[in-house]
Amino acid sequence: MNKMETMTGARALMVAMEKEGVKEVFGLPGGANLPMYDEFARCNIRHILVRHEQSAAHMADGFGRVSRKPGVCFATSGPGATNILTGIATAQADSAPMIAVTGQVPVAMIGKDAFQESDIIGMANPAVKYAFQPRSPDEIPMVVRKGFYIAETGRPGPVLIDIPKDVQQKEASMIFPDEFKIRGYHPWTNPDIANVERAIEMLLSAERPIILAGGGTIISSAFAELQSIAELLMIPVVTTFKGKGAFPENHPLSLGPIGMHGHAEANKMMTEADCVLAIGTRFSDRSVGTFEAFEKRLKIIHMDVDPAEIGKNQTTSVAVVGDVRASLRIMVKMLMQKAIKRTEENTWIKHVKETKEYWKENLKLHPGEMGAAKILRKLREILPHESIVTTEVGQHQMWASLFYDVIQPGTFFSSTGLGTMGWGFPAAIGAKVARPDVPVVDIAGDGSFSMTENSLATAVLEDIPVIVFLLNNFTLGMVAQWQRTFYNRRMIGVDQGKCPDYVKLAESYGAQGIRAQSMDELDKAIKTALKSDVATVIDIPIDPEEDVLPFVAPGTSLADMILPS
Amino acid sequence: MWAILTLLVENKPGILFKVTHLFRSRNFNIDSISVGVTDNPEYSRMTITTYGDEKQVEQIVKQLDKMIDVLEVKHLDEHKTVYRELSIFKIKLSNANDSMEVNKLANAYGGKIHDVRKDSIMVELTATPDQIRAFEELAKPFGIIEVARTGVAALQRSGA
Repeated sequence: MNKMETMTGARALMVAMEKEGVKEVFGLPGGANLPMYDEFARCNIRHILVRHEQSAAHMADGFGRVSRKPGVCFATSGPGATNILTGIATAQADSAPMIAVTGQVPVAMIGKDAFQESDIIGMANPAVKYAFQPRSPDEIPMVVRKGFYIAETGRPGPVLIDIPKDVQQKEASMIFPDEFKIRGYHPWTNPDIANVERAIEMLLSAERPIILAGGGTIISSAFAELQSIAELLMIPVVTTFKGKGAFPENHPLSLGPIGMHGHAEANKMMTEADCVLAIGTRFSDRSVGTFEAFEKRLKIIHMDVDPAEIGKNQTTSVAVVGDVRASLRIMVKMLMQKAIKRTEENTWIKHVKETKEYWKENLKLHPGEMGAAKILRKLREILPHESIVTTEVGQHQMWASLFYDVIQPGTFFSSTGLGTMGWGFPAAIGAKVARPDVPVVDIAGDGSFSMTENSLATAVLEDIPVIVFLLNNFTLGMVAQWQRTFYNRRMIGVDQGKCPDYVKLAESYGAQGIRAQSMDELDKAIKTALKSDVATVIDIPIDPEEDVLPFVAPGTSLADMILPS
Repeated sequence: MWAILTLLVENKPGILFKVTHLFRSRNFNIDSISVGVTDNPEYSRMTITTYGDEKQVEQIVKQLDKMIDVLEVKHLDEHKTVYRELSIFKIKLSNANDSMEVNKLANAYGGKIHDVRKDSIMVELTATPDQIRAFEELAKPFGIIEVARTGVAALQRSGA
């Protein structure tokens, strides 16, 4: 038994978090979390101040996705707590580990509509993996221990800890537990070996097999295992958008992401396949469109850590429940034992490679010097492979999916599930805190960047030199594209004007602003930004009329993708 | 398909909210719900009846199972389950014969009589939802003033 120590709830929170290895907290103080803030003076945790609580949550999210340990954000009660809700929902939709700690009004005031009271537990319930509200200070060490465990195990997700102010202030005898039990939580299932065996048989007997790697592949770092299986069985690999970069995109077997704005060759091969090994994916509508069009002739092998994902959106032929890395390892081992290795290219692989080659040559791109493809390929050419890239949400995000090849697996992150505009920049700051040794770039659009651009203050004051790579079409571009395509060019509410001037905006925060209007200027700007020890915004004006193509219209099948004409 | 689900949950505040919220957010409907503490005060048992096809019921069971406060969830086979619901009917008495007729009807369904008045009578009936509906049909001609139902409580038969 650990020895008891008397301290306040706020102090216990910080001690417990230090024990979990927390080094940084992203947050903003207020009335109801002041006792916790006071403890920063006495602990070794760095506080990183934000200008809006939503950004604190996104920073914690970016930190969590990159480090695979929960990022921590702090907010006060009431509006502070509701401001982080979007960030919590974003982390939940993308299965990112996070701990959100909110202050709450004192226990006796709860339910009295007190000043800055919000029922954050009730509001956040559907958007968290779990929520705690300790009502007595001595509960805090166990709550923190369980909270971190729940956030990072199994299918990761956000955990909310809402602490009433008097619970932070009161003293109690604290025990910091090593061991604990959560009766209703069983995050890991051992993969069923027999089903892995059946999966192998199915893949071997298929004529046109394909691997669909989802975000779960990245969360469980199953990169080496995925590559072994693709190479041993010579199966082409497509990914979901969230799975982008689970497999090196310069690999001969890589076809890139499928989906609404998937690669033409990936969507094409997905619709022609007769058997898919789907790894850590929930078959979202954005990835598979209306799947019925071809699912009848498609055998689905589904690997996922979450049993509730099996059969949720798709009927599967074989399901393997468990950590996908563990499942893939078993598969690799079985293939090795049976000495199964394909060396001859069959007609399917030849067809896949021809299709890939065809689209490499024939996909029509924007003719101008500053077309999206050229801009993103320039970035790829200069950025070191280990650089981490986040994106905002919109056209630039889909261009990044199409034209920025991820070479080192697990270096690309985006808000793919909730599609939260404003995510990329604070997430990049969180990523840079987790990995200060590598360049971190937020591929941004002007609409999305506007939503959290005040995080420039955090980047500058806290000395976190990330790069905002801003494809600026002065428009809410994706909405504009839908209005051009589906609403007969009636452009409503999409013009952002030339406002603000992003170079001046960056400079006003003390960051570096560079405008790049030609490929030469862009080349120089990226190199300057990489050498800079201060955050940089590269403002790249582009054609507001450029569309993201290919495009699978909502409610249609991948087979019906619209191609550039 | 009508499905009976039985859940063993942590006996803590807010769990009922979470369970019902899950049904709403996943687009499922609750037909009836009953909750009570078990012999072990740390746990409560919830019995939920719902409608859905096999795939939908399987999905809601998996989503419930995923909830950290839910220790156990089972989709019960109604043929291998004892399930009952308590209902109380307040029935109108219009003439002298009605009282006797309602008494007979209640007896036929194993009901108990309460609160006999000049112009109304109460029947307590513990039965399956189907039997309660059948009783309700037969009681309608007298005039039903009010009904209260508890929702189903269910346990799987031993060895089933």
